[in-house]
Amino acid sequence: MEFSELIRTGRAQAKLLRGPEAPPLRGTLCVTGHHLLLSPGPQATSDLWLLLLRRVDSIQKRVSGDSGTITLRCKDLRVLQLDIEGVEATLDIARSIEALSSLESVITSFPFFYRPKGLRLGDAWHFHPPERYYKRVARETNAWRLSEVNGDFSLCPSYPRAVIVPRAVDDDALARCARFRQGGRFPVLSYHHAPSGTVLLRSSQPLTGPQKRRCAEDEELLRAVLAGARPGARGFVLDTRSAQAAKQARVTGGGTEAKAAYPGWKRLHRPLERGWPLQESFVRLVEACGDLEQSMDRWLSQPEACHWLAHVKEALSTAYLAAQGVGREGACVLVHGAEGTDSTLLVTSLAQLILDPSSRTIAGFQELVEREWIQAGHPFQLRCAHSAFSHARPKHEAPTFLLFLDCVWQLGRQFPQSLEFGEGLLLALFEHAYASPFGTFLCSSEKERCLCEVRTRTHSLWSGLNQPKEQRKLRNPLYVPNPLAIWPSVELQTLRLWQGLFLRWIRPPEPSEVAWEKVWQIVTDKKTEGCEPTVSASEPQL
Amino acid sequence: MEHIRTTKVEQVKLLDRFSTSNKSLTGTLYLTATHLLFIDSHQKETWILHHHIALVEKLALTTSGCPLVIQCKNFRIVHFIVPRERDCHDIYNSLLQLSKQAKYEDLYAFSYNPKQNDSERLQGWQLIDLAEEYKRMGVPNSNWQLSDANREYKICETYPRELYVPRIASKPIIVGSSKFRSKGRFPVLSYYHQNKEAAICRCSQPLSGFSARCLEDEHLLQAISKANPVNRYMYVMDTRPKLNAMANRAAGKGYENEDNYSNIRFQFVGIENIHVMRSSLQKLLEVNGTKGLSVSDFYSGLESSGWLRHIKAVMDAAIFLAKAIMVENASVLVHCSDGWDRTSQVCSLGSLLLDSYYRTIKGFMVLIEKDWISFGHKFSERCGHLDGDPKEVSPVFTQFLECVWHLTEQFPQDFEFNEAFLLQIHEHIHSCQFGNFLGNCQKEREELKLKEKTYSLWPFLLDDQKKYLNPLYSSKSPKFAVLEPNTVSFSFKKLSNVKISKQMKFSPRNCYIQFILNHLPSKLPCVLRSKLCCL
Repeated sequence: MEFSELIRTGRAQAKLLRGPEAPPLRGTLCVTGHHLLLSPGPQATSDLWLLLLRRVDSIQKRVSGDSGTITLRCKDLRVLQLDIEGVEATLDIARSIEALSSLESVITSFPFFYRPKGLRLGDAWHFHPPERYYKRVARETNAWRLSEVNGDFSLCPSYPRAVIVPRAVDDDALARCARFRQGGRFPVLSYHHAPSGTVLLRSSQPLTGPQKRRCAEDEELLRAVLAGARPGARGFVLDTRSAQAAKQARVTGGGTEAKAAYPGWKRLHRPLERGWPLQESFVRLVEACGDLEQSMDRWLSQPEACHWLAHVKEALSTAYLAAQGVGREGACVLVHGAEGTDSTLLVTSLAQLILDPSSRTIAGFQELVEREWIQAGHPFQLRCAHSAFSHARPKHEAPTFLLFLDCVWQLGRQFPQSLEFGEGLLLALFEHAYASPFGTFLCSSEKERCLCEVRTRTHSLWSGLNQPKEQRKLRNPLYVPNPLAIWPSVELQTLRLWQGLFLRWIRPPEPSEVAWEKVWQIVTDKKTEGCEPTVSASEPQL
Repeated sequence: MEHIRTTKVEQVKLLDRFSTSNKSLTGTLYLTATHLLFIDSHQKETWILHHHIALVEKLALTTSGCPLVIQCKNFRIVHFIVPRERDCHDIYNSLLQLSKQAKYEDLYAFSYNPKQNDSERLQGWQLIDLAEEYKRMGVPNSNWQLSDANREYKICETYPRELYVPRIASKPIIVGSSKFRSKGRFPVLSYYHQNKEAAICRCSQPLSGFSARCLEDEHLLQAISKANPVNRYMYVMDTRPKLNAMANRAAGKGYENEDNYSNIRFQFVGIENIHVMRSSLQKLLEVNGTKGLSVSDFYSGLESSGWLRHIKAVMDAAIFLAKAIMVENASVLVHCSDGWDRTSQVCSLGSLLLDSYYRTIKGFMVLIEKDWISFGHKFSERCGHLDGDPKEVSPVFTQFLECVWHLTEQFPQDFEFNEAFLLQIHEHIHSCQFGNFLGNCQKEREELKLKEKTYSLWPFLLDDQKKYLNPLYSSKSPKFAVLEPNTVSFSFKKLSNVKISKQMKFSPRNCYIQFILNHLPSKLPCVLRSKLCCL
């Protein structure tokens, strides 16, 4: 196996420091193809310590005398320090970790080798396909159909095989539509809001170009959307770029919907940050959180650190706007930016969480992530290649998914009883999106996943998470089903830093974890006594 | 009452200041002797106690009527629109008169009657017994004794009658030391740590000037360090910034010279004075009250208010104190200028960190009674109960409550009470509804005959105990379980917490900024805590 070429040394004696709280661990360090192992001596009681090498974001080595120190900064924001005996061994281990943690090949990655006890291959992979969501939509309306026009991924490589489109539009029209949208991402149904009979759609930008090209089929599709919704429904095109940026995109062949060509549709611009600026503000925030020495003044004045919350605010308020259009004004809303694989998904998924009670359950949220992020073609492989510590030159990295999780966390904080899951699930998703033994977040699109046979050769994260022993960590003990929409406050003053994530490895976690356990205890005790709490309002409970 | 010209105005609008669309409620405004009451068309009542009013403003006349803005000391802001200007003017003038009383006797506490007879009232006042508290700490003992030097308030008017001092400190030494200390506030015991046999003592600044010294004072400090059998040196914490302390020397005051006192370790802590704190809160309120600030404006406004920095300074001082006792086993003497603001903050927070008793509902009342009320924190001046010098008003006690709130956040299981309890206390330091916080020192309170004419707050809070319980509290922790807070994350908390915000419109107590309401714990907002309680 080719890993052996990259492993330069078998083993070394080392001491592991895991942050200020945990006691140091001593033992024999060993590098394998996918893991870093530390096995304590025979007299020690603690088990084997294991780190997935893919989890390493950056590595720093220092030698002094006849020993060396390796600092590993992980993608889940943890910082580990290894004190290793022997200079040669230190350098060898560092080099091995460096090489192994940056392997790009998907099919040699750990998920293809991971065979945990108690799980069967192929389980849970079929929990959340688009067909399943279509069944639900079909119960509510018959204006939509499931099209398999993309069955061989030829129309749009980043869409799944089946997509939900207006019944009135046939597959030929869809094909022409796809040619008019960047990456072939023609408008598809993202969410059907049964109470108002309107829908949330997503797509990529239209390729109008400098000549302001039009596409009859695309216009027809959007007209069919309005016709299929409740009578008299209006439409909003929510562009996640500024009007200026959308105009500039024409030069490179992109653009936005012309008012005259799409009667009944009104365009709104809500610029959201994406790409490098987002990644940079993530990096700066993590830097600021890790700097324990700084004074309060410097923390507050770090504008970059604060910017992260500004991104959260923007994302939440744009989602609020989309949800408002669908839920309160009874309009159809089409969301797109440029490629339609980043901020578009952020907005549509958050809007569903606001509107749709079923997406706030554990199963519903997993389905939402699967449908609106994984199958909708968010390029996880590119966006999550590196986390906040990497010194590598950034290419496509952006913490869009993390921003989504942060927004969900803010929702959970404002509506502590309305989400069935707790912080634990969000933290788990963050970890697994960046490095995971499961195959769920591998690859950037369904097409790639099919090519790599991810579904048949790896385990799904959902089956891992849905094991009974994980439930207590993930579930929110205070959950009470809330049938209403949850309208969050998006004021800057109500948003908080997600300490559970950004300060997870910095502050001692015990008090809050113990408290969480205690809440569980109280709630289970009371439930057995038979009184159920009731939900009182759909407004934030503050 | 003679100040009330109009008792009832109809068709008044109450603006919803958080809504963007200028929504409002229409209803009737009533003016009573003690409260301003607004009843809207849904029969929902909004009560505002006159004593809570910090500022009344009449804005320029608009087409819909005359706007009247009332800012309260509990950080609430109410915006009325009165249809006729004359009515508005009448109410404005009445409120101006009613919110600022010249005499103690006109305060609400003297007319408040909760239908209790005299013996019940007396029982209420006896609920918190400081002599009992000192006994609980383990004094008097072989090293500490009760001194009767101040029995008639002869040595220090702002101290309580009963003071605990080292057994070897004779009365002449005490008298001599008190003459060398500002306002006669000589070093006395604030908290005695039974396990470590170390003490927290408090006093005011010495009148040392540039070179003066006082043998009695030196003896008294030596006596304090000798009263600690384990550790011979003691810390003297000056809670002021060094510059302020040096400036005081020019006025004949100052700080202890380490060369004159044997076995002391002197330490400045750098908490700013009441004027800095007042303007800091002012700035914070401005930032919070402004709608539609940009991200960078909001944070730079927060930062320049310095409020968080001040909170952290107070916390750090308390942590220093707790460490000195726990780790080094040394006694600590705390002072600032007069020893009733910063000293109270640091002593009480330090004791709270050291002794789990103070983290219970009853214990917290005892702590406030001991370190704040009895040792002469000038509640009436700091809270502006009477129409007096605005320069004496300062949110010192509010800061203390905020620090405690931060601790409850970091240690969700260590406090018997919840946020609502702190809020309720904060409400009542300004309300003047009960006698506890009236006056500036014990002597003044006795002269006012508060125990005969007014009621004590504590029994009422205890009766409502259920509302204030923290469901996560685990009482199993040992007596001397020390909290070791991490102030690094303070910045984070506050940073994202302070808010004006929209969503508070659902709460009647909407405009509490600060620790109040805004700082909801990340996992269990207070509503939930109370929900868990009544589950």
